[in-house]
Amino acid sequence: MLVPISWLKDYVDIDVPVESLAERLTVAGLEVAHIRYIGLPQQKVPGLQMPRSDHLVWDRDKILLGRIVEVKAHPQADRLVLAMVDYGGAEPEQCVTGATNLFGYKDQGEINPPIWSAFAMEGATVWDGHSDKAKRMTLKGKELRGIYNKSMVCSEKELGISDEHEGVIVMDHDDSYIAGAPLADVLGDALLDIEFTPNLARCFSIIGVAREVAALLDVELRYPSFNFLAEGEPIAGQVDIEIREPELNPRFTLTLLRDTQVKPSPFWLQHRLKLIGQRPRNNIVDVTNYLTFELGQPMHAFDYDKLVERAGGRPTIITRLPEPGEQLETLDDVLRDLGVEAILVADTAGALSLGGVIGGGETEISETTRNVLLEAAAWNNIGIRKTIKEQRVHTEASTRFSRGVHPSQAILGCGRGIELMRQLGGGAVATGVLDHYPRPPETVTVNLPIERVNRLLGMEVTLEAAADVLRRLEFEVELIGDVIRATAPDHRLDISSDEVVGQADLLEEIARVIGYDSIPNSIMADEMPPQWENTTVIIEERIRDILVGQGLYEVISYRFTSRESEAMLVPAGARSSPPEGDYVQIANPAASERDVLRKTLLINMLESAVNNARYQPSQQLFEVGKVYLGRGDLLPEEPLHLGILLTGSRDEPWWQGAEASADMDFYDLKGVVESLLAGLHIDDYSIQRGSHSSFHPGRSADLYINRERIGSFGELHPEVAARFKLTAPKVICGEIQVAPLIQQHQRLHTIMPLHTTPAVLEDIALVVNADLAAGEVEAVIRQAGGRLLKDVRLFDVYTGDQIPPGKKSLAYALTYQDDNRTLTDKNATKIRRKIIGAARHRLKAELRA
Amino acid sequence: MSNPIEQIRGEALQSLASVTDSETLAAWRGKFLGRRGAVGKLFGQIGSLPQAERAAFGQQVNALQAELDAAFDARETLIQSQAMARDLEEGDIDISLPARPRRRGGLHPSTRTHREFQAIWADMGFHVYQSRDVEEDELNFSLLNLPPHHPARDMQDTFYTADSRVLLRTHTSPGQIRAMRELGAGGSKPIRVILPGMCYRQEQITARSEIQFTQVEGLAIGRNIRMSDLKGTIAEFAKRMYSPEAKVRFRASYFPFTEPSMEVDVECFLCGGEGCRVCKYTGWLEIAGSGMVHPTVLRNGGYDPSEWSGFAFGMGPERITMLKHGIQDIRYFWSNDLRFLQQF
Ligand SMILES: [Zn+2]
Repeated sequence: MLVPISWLKDYVDIDVPVESLAERLTVAGLEVAHIRYIGLPQQKVPGLQMPRSDHLVWDRDKILLGRIVEVKAHPQADRLVLAMVDYGGAEPEQCVTGATNLFGYKDQGEINPPIWSAFAMEGATVWDGHSDKAKRMTLKGKELRGIYNKSMVCSEKELGISDEHEGVIVMDHDDSYIAGAPLADVLGDALLDIEFTPNLARCFSIIGVAREVAALLDVELRYPSFNFLAEGEPIAGQVDIEIREPELNPRFTLTLLRDTQVKPSPFWLQHRLKLIGQRPRNNIVDVTNYLTFELGQPMHAFDYDKLVERAGGRPTIITRLPEPGEQLETLDDVLRDLGVEAILVADTAGALSLGGVIGGGETEISETTRNVLLEAAAWNNIGIRKTIKEQRVHTEASTRFSRGVHPSQAILGCGRGIELMRQLGGGAVATGVLDHYPRPPETVTVNLPIERVNRLLGMEVTLEAAADVLRRLEFEVELIGDVIRATAPDHRLDISSDEVVGQADLLEEIARVIGYDSIPNSIMADEMPPQWENTTVIIEERIRDILVGQGLYEVISYRFTSRESEAMLVPAGARSSPPEGDYVQIANPAASERDVLRKTLLINMLESAVNNARYQPSQQLFEVGKVYLGRGDLLPEEPLHLGILLTGSRDEPWWQGAEASADMDFYDLKGVVESLLAGLHIDDYSIQRGSHSSFHPGRSADLYINRERIGSFGELHPEVAARFKLTAPKVICGEIQVAPLIQQHQRLHTIMPLHTTPAVLEDIALVVNADLAAGEVEAVIRQAGGRLLKDVRLFDVYTGDQIPPGKKSLAYALTYQDDNRTLTDKNATKIRRKIIGAARHRLKAELRA
Repeated sequence: MSNPIEQIRGEALQSLASVTDSETLAAWRGKFLGRRGAVGKLFGQIGSLPQAERAAFGQQVNALQAELDAAFDARETLIQSQAMARDLEEGDIDISLPARPRRRGGLHPSTRTHREFQAIWADMGFHVYQSRDVEEDELNFSLLNLPPHHPARDMQDTFYTADSRVLLRTHTSPGQIRAMRELGAGGSKPIRVILPGMCYRQEQITARSEIQFTQVEGLAIGRNIRMSDLKGTIAEFAKRMYSPEAKVRFRASYFPFTEPSMEVDVECFLCGGEGCRVCKYTGWLEIAGSGMVHPTVLRNGGYDPSEWSGFAFGMGPERITMLKHGIQDIRYFWSNDLRFLQQF
């Protein structure tokens, strides 16, 4: 909300620079997002940084308050006139202007009552009113259609007040005006753009802000008068009120002004509305808008005669729920179907307006309105929120009512509103206010021991200081021993009657006004909770470190996907592979391709590979993140998974071309997986032929821990790869559950002693059937080799001319070592014989010559 | 006939003088000092000599062997030092040629920032408590003092699931309730935890807003937790995270689950508080929302708010990462673009 300082000063004296005020408000929770200056210079306050404003600063000697004495015709141009301006100099200055709003005064002689405008002398800098962009210009004397001109009367645009450039500023006469006074003293201003958090509903008006300013600066708050001069017939008898839903409409008040005249508002009112971004309409409607902003009490004005006409006599205003199928055309020219979430202001003939939100067209104020019925009501904020949601309509009224306006304000608005209307349009106000108030809010009183303030703030605040803050905020305060008994003022709905919560509410007010910076910084002196380690987090991070150490980059993906995307992982005719579970369906997705939560990381990995492929043909990625599996409970399971993807060349291309490397394949990923398991000291695992349908059935594997399959990896199934256009280079990827890794990792693994006895190294090559798994061969070798066989390393796999067809040769480097003594050749030969024997016997292997 | 010893000596020393590389040197050694070399042959002749000459001849051959050994060592040293000198002289490579690429790998920037946070908070006695992403409306809102239709619900656009009681958490705060209930033992034990994790909001994806983002929430509950403790603890965090001189400012604010509530600003570390584009010329950067745990929230976590108090804070690691690295576009974080990830 925009808050003009000039307006604020009606209610509170401000003796600090506007920049300091903005800072003070911001720190107290009324965040000033921006200060808009009008004509006044930005001040530099020590210790305060502000964005530099590039607004127009009005030269106090050259931009002046001027009285337009007379307007004469331009001798040579119909579309120009000569304004004779008294700016305090010896003679009035003649200004050539095309301002259409002065044409009416042309050749009428001396203008009376006087009108005032903004006068800029030669040398003054103003905005170029004809330029679309912000462009400064400095006034210089020159001829305009034959008449020398060196100064001007200014439009709002030329002075940076608004975008208006239709005519010049024309101000109503005010006895305090002096021709030649600096304009900055009259129209110079600063607007605070304040953002209100939901708890500050009470501040959502100029008076609301003034109240805070008064409390923060510890100065007096001057309320405007809420009384009105009533000379007409009593209102009772001229209109009735019937509230059918008191929960939604706790209060409804009406006042009536007869024989008034609808016309444009005076300059001061129009100016204020324009400053805060409102368009002036007429004196009646402008007053309702003015009060919305001044007091925070939105109002509505009806044409009373139209109500009488509709009722065929004395009207009854009824607030009620809509009838099924009921419609209302509102002031924004929308014909609305009224649902269940609305409360109507109606009469016996039908709906008049959407209560607390927007008026209806039929009974609105027009130029011919003579009698005005003014409504000031209170509405349940949740009801209004529902209406806003259902009708998708936001107005200044609904914004305020939806945050909460205390019903006490209605009667104030009524009085001030009808009196302003009377002053501006004339007429007679009916005696009394018709006030139906079925649901007054409870008065909240909170007992706050000062000890509690001190204990929770961590500082000594005296009883008197705390009480003073609350008094400044208009609480009624009574001191009973060391307890502050505070009753909330009648503009606040945010103080809880729950004792502890109410105390917190008051505590916040005390801390806020004293200033958070006066609370000391302390170190917690409270009992330290037991310290514990989160193993899950430690191992999760360890997994990341191991993978990064192998040259992989960590990615973090959107957890959103679609069924269609994940279906792309399943080759035609195949069954989808685990994880099984229902999708978590998003009811209001950001996009249709993100309408469920993922059940697998593979999609994310593949999409990342596709996106990166343009720039990085060689990729090594992993993600550790949750997947979401519905299992029939209210909340899904959220297991952590690990996804890994490798693609492209094993080494990056280099200038020694001979070393250009081959593309990564299954064995690279197997290496990553086994290094990870080794890094976690998990040795009780097995890798078996793959069963996951997204992978090439012959070039993939499943990882088992404790006989349970915890993941799969391998070359992407060619059909899946084709769908993602990831056929070349091949993509190798996999997904592993993290929980079993965390469970199985050994934090306390035993280190083997470092023996100094010499090892005996030996190579053997075994010729076996080509389809025999190398893993089986190794298992047989290890078993036969026993304790003394320390290491088995396959270093060659051969098929070809030198061995029979259907066979392959596996060459192993074997290491024999006895921990305690030197092995003799004889010992080694014995082990070797056992190995060869077992291989022959169990694998039908032949020793390769 | 000349003395064969002298002859071999002359021949050996002469040929050694022309040896300039280690291979020739090795050959020389074999020829003269090897088992079947010239000196060895001389030893072999000893037996065929008359008894009286044997000792003298033997001494001479021994002396010759010693002399040639010494000459060999000297020559070897010379050749090695010459080779070293030559290598130093001629063995230059073009060190400006590109390096052999190594695979470096890297953590996601978000993980990096989370680790920094976790390390600092662990030092201060706050441990990681992990909570769930898909959450009950009740925990995400109602139990945090955000009943249905509360105006503050407007501040958060929520992703709901097909079951309207279930949503994607909009903040890590529902973890507060879970932590209190799980670790508080019916409101009888103090707690200090941080709750990191992914949160979700139904927003337009732009350079400045994302539908998912990470948060780190902190929670301390005890019998005597004060607002001054909150200030002191956050100031300490800022010192460790930003700089030992980091200035911190606390502004009143509003969060339904804390009261009093405050925003925490740290002096802009990019301009030192002088004002720059990033801090919008205010000299301050917003780093956290915080406050004293609302009595209603304490109650919902099982604590008696007239006896227990606590503070909570929430921070956005992505924002801090963006500030630290001058990242202009929040969409980089989940784009998984290696060109981004490789810069950390
Ligand atoms: Zn800065």
